[in-house]
Amino acid sequence: MTQQTHATPASGEGTGTPGEPRRDPRLLVTAASPSGWLKALRRNLRGGELGPVPVIIGLILIAVVFQSMNDRYLSAQNLSNLTVQIAAVGLMTTGVIMVLLLGEIDLSVGSVSGLSAAVLAVLAVRFGVSEWVAIGAAVLVGLLVGLLHGVIFAKLGVPAFVVTLAGLLGWQGLHLYLLDSSGSVNTSANGAIAMLTQTYFVPVVGWSLVIVTVLLYMGTVFAVERRRRLAGLPYKPLPEVLFRSALLAVPLVGGVWVLNQYKGVPLAFLIFVGFVVALDLILRKTRYGRMVYAVGGSSEAARRAGISVDFIRISVFGIASMLAALGGIMLVSRNFAASVSTGGGEELMMAIAAAVIGGTSLFGGRGNAYSALLGGLVLGAIASGLLLLQMESSVRFMITAAVLLIAVILDAISRRGRKTHARGGA
Amino acid sequence: MSTPVLELSGISKTFGAVRALSEVDFQVDPGEVVALLGDNGAGKSTLVKVIAGAHPADTGGVITWDGRPVTIGSPSDAQKLGIATIYQDLALCDNLDIVGNLFLGNEKLHFPGTLDEVEMESRARELLDSLSVSIPNLRVPVSSLSGGQRQIIAIARSLLGQPRVVMLDEPTAALGVAQTAQVLDLIERLRDQGLGVVLISHNMADVRAVADRAVVLRLGRNAGDFPIASTSYEEIVAAITGAADNPVTRRSSRTGSSALATEDNR
Repeated sequence: MTQQTHATPASGEGTGTPGEPRRDPRLLVTAASPSGWLKALRRNLRGGELGPVPVIIGLILIAVVFQSMNDRYLSAQNLSNLTVQIAAVGLMTTGVIMVLLLGEIDLSVGSVSGLSAAVLAVLAVRFGVSEWVAIGAAVLVGLLVGLLHGVIFAKLGVPAFVVTLAGLLGWQGLHLYLLDSSGSVNTSANGAIAMLTQTYFVPVVGWSLVIVTVLLYMGTVFAVERRRRLAGLPYKPLPEVLFRSALLAVPLVGGVWVLNQYKGVPLAFLIFVGFVVALDLILRKTRYGRMVYAVGGSSEAARRAGISVDFIRISVFGIASMLAALGGIMLVSRNFAASVSTGGGEELMMAIAAAVIGGTSLFGGRGNAYSALLGGLVLGAIASGLLLLQMESSVRFMITAAVLLIAVILDAISRRGRKTHARGGA
Repeated sequence: MSTPVLELSGISKTFGAVRALSEVDFQVDPGEVVALLGDNGAGKSTLVKVIAGAHPADTGGVITWDGRPVTIGSPSDAQKLGIATIYQDLALCDNLDIVGNLFLGNEKLHFPGTLDEVEMESRARELLDSLSVSIPNLRVPVSSLSGGQRQIIAIARSLLGQPRVVMLDEPTAALGVAQTAQVLDLIERLRDQGLGVVLISHNMADVRAVADRAVVLRLGRNAGDFPIASTSYEEIVAAITGAADNPVTRRSSRTGSSALATEDNR
């Protein structure tokens, strides 16, 4: 969550003209100008509110380094492939983030994605079920698996770590069992499943999405700030709203422009970003999301506030495994096959690492859905660069480990910053 | 005298072979601060839990609310009547901001079913203003607040349910001098707004500062009901410990100094 900067209309010592926000003299006033916002940003950084800044700096560094080693790195084709490659693990990461927000961990996401891949391929190929129905069944299997984890964790009190460790083994076992006769099932190269990662939208679709997103953002922020002003609360003035909208528009326009240079915006990436945005809205704007943060902050306080902690826990595990299942479907779509190794490799580690690199705390209650996008981009950018340089996975694992450590160290340091700057260390 | 808002008579509570409360009477008037005193194990917490609905009382006792007999069988019964309880561990979510904590479990929504942050923030501002609490930014996580401010937020949250009786369990334990004063100020403001306040405290200085009446429990029985203004410290201590022969009176007779010296030594 970004720290709000507050501004007040230029006025004398607030003697209470009606409609003017009352302002506590202890609040630092942010000037309504770019230099004022920069000052507020610097204050936040020093206070440990790093936000997405370190990740963005990291992404720029990665881009500069790899581009200098291979000039095809920043080509539209490579970047476009990158966005499709991160979609599968990215979807798993969004689920992992939900669980991390509760202060728990889900070790089974890789196995669940593999199980979903096996269910999908077996249904669609061996049983000849329609591919859409098979996709629905795979998602449903993920949801049921997650609900089972959640019930065992919430109702029986078994630590989530152990429940999902059992899931890690058990669901991988079921996955192998389903595929055992062949070891691998090839799916059709031009059905609904393949379409998920093979579809690209014509440029006009990308541009329309950018315009609609920016306008929606600007409109809602403007409406909210107007209500805040009328209610006499601190609000952001119009120039700041415009400035923030511009900050949102720059990466959107840049991204769509690059993707349009190649084949257009890929459907897979759009699905991933769509889930991230939806999850973000659910977490920040709905009662359900507030409850998830509350349970992650203090389950006892949440219980006393009348929140059904068990319901939140069970549903979060259900959603996490459902998103993992979606990730598994993406894996099948990209490889045109479900094999015994689908989802059984580095997916689990990468999903958790991406969440942490993106800025979600392992200790619960702190983080947001955009961590999945940012963390996924960092890991994807590294993987893609090393692939281009034809490095072994050994090198990639070591580099990924270093990035993960840096992210956790930054988190620890910024937590200390928050403590000393009285912003809470949770 | 107005009728008591809450009156308990002949309340007993047994846990297995232990009789934690026997035939206890207790009442709170509107606009009154009642201190509930007693040594460890005297039954204070049990009585509070009976009133809060956490432990329903044994059959036989009578609880009346505004003169009407009621049963309090669960915490939600107590809340529906208008009894708010703030336990020692304040049960705040450290990662949520002040507004989020105040409205936790009771969020205000608007059109598409999303959180109405503007409404909640202005209501929070109004509420805190009515309590003369000044916190500059309501959007900071509560983990960044001082102990006194956290206590105040916990009390303010309980007031959103429009209670008529507020029970505070050791609200000033672990608070500094200035923070204790803030919380005591708040208790007086609640009283001035016509709420009945039940204050459980071991700190006699606090009790004498804000309470109108002190109800003393000893070994699960009523051991006295004193108007604070006309009762000496020794009398209350004697009731709490159950005898005139206690370390405090022994010491004061030995040293010749009044035990009140300890009281003034805040």
